[in-house]
Amino acid sequence: MFNRNVLYFAIMLGLIVLVGQTQSWNVALTITNLCIISAVMALGVNIQWGYAGLFNVGIMGFAAMGGLAAMIISVSPVQEAWSAGGVGVLVSLVLAAITIVAAVFTYRALEGKSFRLLALFIVVLAGSWAVRAFLDPATAAIEKVNPASTGYLGGLGLPIILAWPVGGIFAGAAAWVVGKITLGLRADYLAIATLGISEIIVAVLKHEDWLTRGVKNVTGLPRPVPYEVDLQQTQWFLDLCAQLGANPVTFSSIFVKLCYMVLFASVLLIILWFSEKALRSPWGRMMRAIRDNEVSASAMGKNIKSRHLQVFVLGSIVVGIAGAMLTTLDGQLTPSTYQPLRFTFLIWVMVIVGGSGNNWGAVLGGFVIWFFWIEAEPLGLWLMELITSGMAEDSALRAHLIESAAHMRLMTMGIILLLALRFSPRGLIPERN
Amino acid sequence: MDNILNALALMANFVFVPAIAYGSQLALGALGVTIVFGILRFSNFAHGDTMALGTMCTILITWWFQSMGISFGPLPTALLALPFAIVICSAFVLVSDRVVYRFYRKQKADPVIYLIASVGVMFVFNGIVRFIIGPDDQNFADGERFIIKAREFKRLTGLSEGISIKVSQGITVVTMIVVVALLFWFLNKTRTGKSMRAYSDNEDLALLSGINPDKVVAVTWIIAAALATIAGTLYGLDKSFKPFTYFQLLLPIFAAAIVGGLGNPLGAIAGGFVIAFSEILVTYAYKKFAGYLMPEDWKADGLIQLLSTDYKFAVSFVILLLVLLFRPTGIFKGTGV
Repeated sequence: MFNRNVLYFAIMLGLIVLVGQTQSWNVALTITNLCIISAVMALGVNIQWGYAGLFNVGIMGFAAMGGLAAMIISVSPVQEAWSAGGVGVLVSLVLAAITIVAAVFTYRALEGKSFRLLALFIVVLAGSWAVRAFLDPATAAIEKVNPASTGYLGGLGLPIILAWPVGGIFAGAAAWVVGKITLGLRADYLAIATLGISEIIVAVLKHEDWLTRGVKNVTGLPRPVPYEVDLQQTQWFLDLCAQLGANPVTFSSIFVKLCYMVLFASVLLIILWFSEKALRSPWGRMMRAIRDNEVSASAMGKNIKSRHLQVFVLGSIVVGIAGAMLTTLDGQLTPSTYQPLRFTFLIWVMVIVGGSGNNWGAVLGGFVIWFFWIEAEPLGLWLMELITSGMAEDSALRAHLIESAAHMRLMTMGIILLLALRFSPRGLIPERN
Repeated sequence: MDNILNALALMANFVFVPAIAYGSQLALGALGVTIVFGILRFSNFAHGDTMALGTMCTILITWWFQSMGISFGPLPTALLALPFAIVICSAFVLVSDRVVYRFYRKQKADPVIYLIASVGVMFVFNGIVRFIIGPDDQNFADGERFIIKAREFKRLTGLSEGISIKVSQGITVVTMIVVVALLFWFLNKTRTGKSMRAYSDNEDLALLSGINPDKVVAVTWIIAAALATIAGTLYGLDKSFKPFTYFQLLLPIFAAAIVGGLGNPLGAIAGGFVIAFSEILVTYAYKKFAGYLMPEDWKADGLIQLLSTDYKFAVSFVILLLVLLFRPTGIFKGTGV
């Protein structure tokens, strides 16, 4: 059994080396970095699904929370925007917090009273009016500050590595709210609620220009690793190149990617280590007991709902960390790239194909599926050209088929998911009993 | 007095009429979800993309009819194409049941496995739609545009605010009423319909009394496909067809079904209207409306909009959360929780 698992990873490594040899090492390293990030995300989903059987359809939203954290932590603050509307935004945030506390208090205090809902409604309405009264003018003022290059508050100007844990906290907080409401009800409700929260998080990122610049994107996030241009001017790097006989320009880009790889791989290994520890601990056994039979676990005195909430938040934290890492690698926050297909369903395919309930399986799934997701495009195009090679050059059908080759990825992923679910429901590396 | 009438006309034009049409579309979508849930006992995530698939069939047949010069007079040709599209869409859905879901039914798999399988089916349907018709906007409405134009309304009543009703909105409401009436007649009066309800209430008892489960399942899928195609076509006629929008409709549709009580057809209809009206009421800018009702010298300093239209999905989400918090079985008792 163990040997087969090692073999899988060896094949994966071989495939990446093959890409390095045939395409270029730059491409191979880019794929590897994204594979590692995907593996972290898949680990997070595996914690939710594999350990506890919770179906989260909002992975995109939690990853976006991580991306937001990366931006807020790393970008330097825009002083003029802060003086234009910083106070207003802070006041409205405080008011929002007060509203929530007041709403919860009202709801609890009026237990059993007939006007409870009406009172709650009035509190929320008054609160949201007060928030808007401060927030709207403040955001308008912020967005007016040099809209072409800033027009937002900016961030804290801290090292971007800090954003990784912070991204986890952001995602965990969002997960706590959703989980608190929907856990304990049908599994379907959690699925739909997570779908909703992820759409809303991404909508906020897209439309709140004062916070994220919206679709104008925040580019040029500071890096945790050196820049290629700087490397090419540094003496020790040039010496290294001379020693290896490599071209400084291409090698600098490979070197940067290797630096990223070391960072991402350490995060992956740390999370993997913790996940494995947790899975083998009494806590992990309890989670699986709950997953396999809620009634008997509940009869043993386990609080199902709060265990579920705990594991849901933990999984989302891991997804948030991965989201922050991804934005770090991209060097920019582009809200429009958060597509449910790429960020939610692809991750699901990774977990199911890799092996739900097994951390190594999730990691393998992350690598395999991301690799094929990237390589499917040239493969699909090549296949389409092969199929259509018999047709006339100017045939409309041929043009349509080649143009649509990109959409084949969707269908392929769907078919892979269905096949894996049916014929290999335990995945490539199944859960150990 | 005129001011009040004008304000009412304004509300009717921008809130009431669109919300009725949108509510009908959501209600039809939610009916499909709720029926699959009631009988097959899982939340079908592929429903949004089934709608897209059905609508795509309608569009292709409409184009084919148009190219042959067939039209439906003042009504959109799509209505003629609809029955054919329903047949094709049902075929797709039945194949998906045979290839995917039947296996899990035999295994008596956990509902969440069905859910994941439906995500897979969603991908495949989405892929088919994008592959055939592409990811872009398609407009396929033809025939007359308006039942009553704002200008005519103003001329008839002498008000300064007009009400316009689009043909697509009229058709939506009429179709919704006809379809719902047919559906309820089918479920309550026919033998197959009654056996479906029995199966939904208690599967084992129904099987004991000799109900053929395969037939019940097949009929359920055909109804779901028909409802999806009709809802999708009406939505496409009213707005426009874009595959991704149909995926996004999943949230309001599920919210509608859950608000009404999953598994309860009446609830799905009510839920559809609740979601549609809240969405439009919350995102409507009341500036002009208030202008009519307030004293002359009063002037609003903003749009008086509770929430920007960018966040219309947030409305269905919040309603969904509220229902789950306070009444998890929905307004009408569903089989939920």
